[in-house]
Amino acid sequence: MTRDLLLTQVGLPDGTTADLAISAGRLVEPGDVNDPQRVDAAGLTALPGLVDPHTHLREPGREDAETIDTGTRAAARGGFTAVCAMANTNPVTDTGEQVAWLHQAARGASAQVVPIGAVTKGLKGEELAELALMARAGVRMFSDDGKCVHDARLMRRALEYLGDVGGVIAQHAQDPRLAGPGACCHEGEVSGRLGLAGWPAVAESVIVARDVQLAQLTGTPVHVCHVSTAETVEVLRWAKAKGMPVTAEVTPHHLMLTVAEVEGYDPTYKVNPPLRTEPDLSALADALVDGTIDMIGTDHAPHADHDKAHAFSDAAFGMLGLEQALAVVVELFVNTGRLDWAGVAERMSHAPARLARITEQGRPLRIGEPANLCLVDPTARATVDRAASASLSRNNPWHGRDLPDPVVGTLWRGEWTYAQEGLL
Amino acid sequence: MKHLLSINDLDLTGATTILDDAEEFSEVQQRDIKKLPTLRGRTVVNLFFEDSTRTRSSFEIAGKWLSADVINMSAKGSSTSKGESLRDTAMTVAAMGVDALVIRHSASGAPSQVAGWVDCGVVNAGDGMHEHPTQALLDAFTLRRHLRRVHGPDASFAGCRVAIIGDLTHSRVVRSNVLLLNLLGAEVTLVAPRTLMPSGVDAWPVTIADDVDDVLPEMDAVMLLRVQRERMSGGFFPTPREYTIGYGMTRDRLQMLRPEAAIMHPGPMNRGLEISSDAADGAASRILEQVAAGVAVRMSVLYQVLGGNQEGER
Repeated sequence: MTRDLLLTQVGLPDGTTADLAISAGRLVEPGDVNDPQRVDAAGLTALPGLVDPHTHLREPGREDAETIDTGTRAAARGGFTAVCAMANTNPVTDTGEQVAWLHQAARGASAQVVPIGAVTKGLKGEELAELALMARAGVRMFSDDGKCVHDARLMRRALEYLGDVGGVIAQHAQDPRLAGPGACCHEGEVSGRLGLAGWPAVAESVIVARDVQLAQLTGTPVHVCHVSTAETVEVLRWAKAKGMPVTAEVTPHHLMLTVAEVEGYDPTYKVNPPLRTEPDLSALADALVDGTIDMIGTDHAPHADHDKAHAFSDAAFGMLGLEQALAVVVELFVNTGRLDWAGVAERMSHAPARLARITEQGRPLRIGEPANLCLVDPTARATVDRAASASLSRNNPWHGRDLPDPVVGTLWRGEWTYAQEGLL
Repeated sequence: MKHLLSINDLDLTGATTILDDAEEFSEVQQRDIKKLPTLRGRTVVNLFFEDSTRTRSSFEIAGKWLSADVINMSAKGSSTSKGESLRDTAMTVAAMGVDALVIRHSASGAPSQVAGWVDCGVVNAGDGMHEHPTQALLDAFTLRRHLRRVHGPDASFAGCRVAIIGDLTHSRVVRSNVLLLNLLGAEVTLVAPRTLMPSGVDAWPVTIADDVDDVLPEMDAVMLLRVQRERMSGGFFPTPREYTIGYGMTRDRLQMLRPEAAIMHPGPMNRGLEISSDAADGAASRILEQVAAGVAVRMSVLYQVLGGNQEGER
């Protein structure tokens, strides 16, 4: 039995200050704890444990890049108490058995691992995977992420079928004819000058425009992964105004980094969708603030060093995201006054938990609720050191940058999954 | 000069020095014994991840005439297909103690990445759709000689008008040529179907035209770029016939050129597609001079990278 815990004088997302008492994994009245571990939390803020709708854990198949253990430790380090694990592992999570395996393998992890099931068998985009059997094993969100469900008829069928089963499809929006497998750089002045195959903005927005209408037609919601362009924001704004069942996420890297990072051909900055332009960043930030984009998804994509040590066009797509996600959001939105802590909690905890239908996550910090929370020092800063990561991989785009270092502790079900030195 | 990765590594003085030195080195080409001791004891590795017999041979001859030890390594089909990373391949070769790597790669930026990993000099011999700086230098060398023949020994690039016509999207030659010709003071006009224009070309320091026939009478030189036959299946333009009628240097278009205009092509040519034999073999053609200039210019570049800072060695 874990010792009871009392966090004194901690700031809450609504701006008030209180003592938070925790016993048996739940928030309780401060009078109901017995000989608690006391933590002076004056000056700190408690957020509901963060929830990532979009994580690549790489296990099974690429345990040299990340494991469930190291990936969830990186999550805890970043303040997350739940991660939705994308299906593009080897084997692919495309059967009920594979879902059950993941649930089993994640026992002992440092955060709740929520399996995402593939939409199509082997992510091949040809035949539907066993959606109902995966749903029976607990899956509520389906995605072929890494690949787009590009066949319009197949996408329609998947959405229709899920009408009975229940669930949401998280779409990696990339028209494979407009942005083929070689496309590796935002199509524009930089790609033209550097001679890198262009990934045009419209290759994303045309799929989103199609999918919101398919969602409307079928009644099954679509979630748009890693929105990267101003064009997609416009489509989402229109779709939401029409009441179409759609949600969307944006990554920290698409909010802070532009295609200018690619100038040196450093494959650390090779990511799919690619880093875009200043006007895109500004449209994405506005959309996150006004609710057109509902939430942050990290698209944490660990890669072994040897998969990044190739020519830019040959290297693997993806960058780490879990550990610095909150730092980027604090820098761009809290420190600029564009979001308060309640706004951050909505976009990094409540909204993704609702999307993935995780009942024990994304709950308000109230008596009786699960003790999943993230303790934040709003003023701390640090220079990011990729070597200090809990992840097995080092493809950290924030390496060497001065950023907020907000997370001082993470509690999942009342237990510390991360605590900064000196906190306890 | 430690590396030559892009024309952006050069300023006007540096580029002019390379061209001037190349003039001196070209005299060696006329001798019976074509060997200078300049780079004796230096080792140059031609590390080619992509086949290119003509560029590799040109660098090989250039190195040998400067007395460097030149080794050709074809990384294509050996290490890379077994999954060895670019970094491992480059660092392995560099660890043998070479003084310069001449790198050709189908991926843009590969030589720049290698330059960040190894201690020796790196020369870009063509990377993907990015740059081919020695091609641009040899084009400028050829063009300067041409201008001097026409306008006298003091002729400069100022006011010189050059049209580049062809598959610009996929061409590393055009990117290096636009940079270098601008640096030297020439004015560049690009002509191609919109589907073969690079993204963001509007921001380049060039004039963009879509009618070849409007452009040709104004030009001092016309560079035709290869249109790869495999592009046609990609739907970049409807038929070869339509391309040739729209953009090819046909016999009829030869008549539109000024009498002293030069016709250039980096090769290999698709005769009958972007260039007619009348143009390629006619009096205005400087195409074989370009090939000869390649050796002298590459001698000059190797000298800059390997020996340019060693006084008295020449």
